[in-house]
Amino acid sequence: MPQPPEKTYSDQTVLMLAVRDRRDRAAFGLLFDYFAPRLKGVAMRSGLGSGAAEDVAQEVMLTVWRKAEKFDPHRAQVSAWIFQIARNRRIDLVRKENRPIPEEIKMVDRVEDDANQILAMDQEATQLKLALNRLKPDQRALVEKAYLGELSHKEISDQTGLALGTVKSRIRLGLERLRHELKGMR
Amino acid sequence: MSQITHHIPESMLIAYAAGSLPRPFALAVAAHISLCDDCRVGLGAHEAVGGTLLNEQPVQMVSDSMKEALFAQLDDTPLPEPDPAFERSGVFPGPVMQALNGKPPRWKSVGGGVRQTLLHWGDDGSTRLLYIPPGKAVPDHGHNGIELTLVLQGAFSDETGRFGVGDIEVADDTLEHTPVAEPGAPCICLAATDAPLRFNSLIPRLLQPLLRI
Ligand SMILES: [Zn+2]
Repeated sequence: MPQPPEKTYSDQTVLMLAVRDRRDRAAFGLLFDYFAPRLKGVAMRSGLGSGAAEDVAQEVMLTVWRKAEKFDPHRAQVSAWIFQIARNRRIDLVRKENRPIPEEIKMVDRVEDDANQILAMDQEATQLKLALNRLKPDQRALVEKAYLGELSHKEISDQTGLALGTVKSRIRLGLERLRHELKGMR
Repeated sequence: MSQITHHIPESMLIAYAAGSLPRPFALAVAAHISLCDDCRVGLGAHEAVGGTLLNEQPVQMVSDSMKEALFAQLDDTPLPEPDPAFERSGVFPGPVMQALNGKPPRWKSVGGGVRQTLLHWGDDGSTRLLYIPPGKAVPDHGHNGIELTLVLQGAFSDETGRFGVGDIEVADDTLEHTPVAEPGAPCICLAATDAPLRFNSLIPRLLQPLLRI
């Protein structure tokens, strides 16, 4: 079966693959222009001043460049991967001790990227965006707080049940393939 | 791999994805995820939600000087920062080996044949390994807050069900239960609680971790 051409991937995926495979600075510049102001916005939400929030955005984007080889479009969208990097950065700032790191799943040896799997991840992101945009404003605000680290796990279970139910039924959809892939690797 | 039937509660998986879970629970979750593909996939799903929300965040303009400073730091050779990735060793998943600094646990007897190794304690709670001989009861946890118990070897049962390797029990202070290790191999668990250790003024603080269960 012929592989779909790369340009059917989302813009973010195309840019990130250019950084991963070719150390493409122009592509990185575009990712920076998109993500750095959003990372700064998230950091300011958590109470940081403008300067400190900019430092956080800078560090996260530098990590994106340095760890680009580890980006696996079969496992995570670009935005989800950068979300993880920003999350880890925030934990490392707060804690003196090592952050617990789950074992890594062994990478499968891929001769080339599996375009269908990458497209499935992109489509999942589209579905998620639709599901989130259908939430009522107060539900949406709770979900944002939960995922951006502004609620404790107790508050998440007490307050967000309904809103998260809506999202949850969606997020399971695109992940069956991933599940099978993981099972096959053991 | 045995069949895992008791998983991480959804709210904890979300808090883990968001980075807001107290450290003792984060260790238990990381250890469970190392054993459980279902929760690994669930975590990936929540991180996808987080990424979508990042996409939708209002922007805060960044300065040109910051961008220039960043580009001046870009090296052409990829430099993946070495992750301190600890490998599984025996029954202990990577994150537990990380907490043990790569060394085997140093068990201390706490009576009744039960042994423990304290991995972490602080204001945010504590984490320890428990070694329970077959047929013995898991010591009374006396939990004030929530306690997570992840089985690494053997199994235990209580009023709420059976917990085998990879299963995680979530107990809050309303749960009255008496977990008992099954016959066969000794039961080894990772136990994590978010209740701060209470220090009795009569006992020196440094001795507490040695006596505390
Ligand atoms: Zn699980």
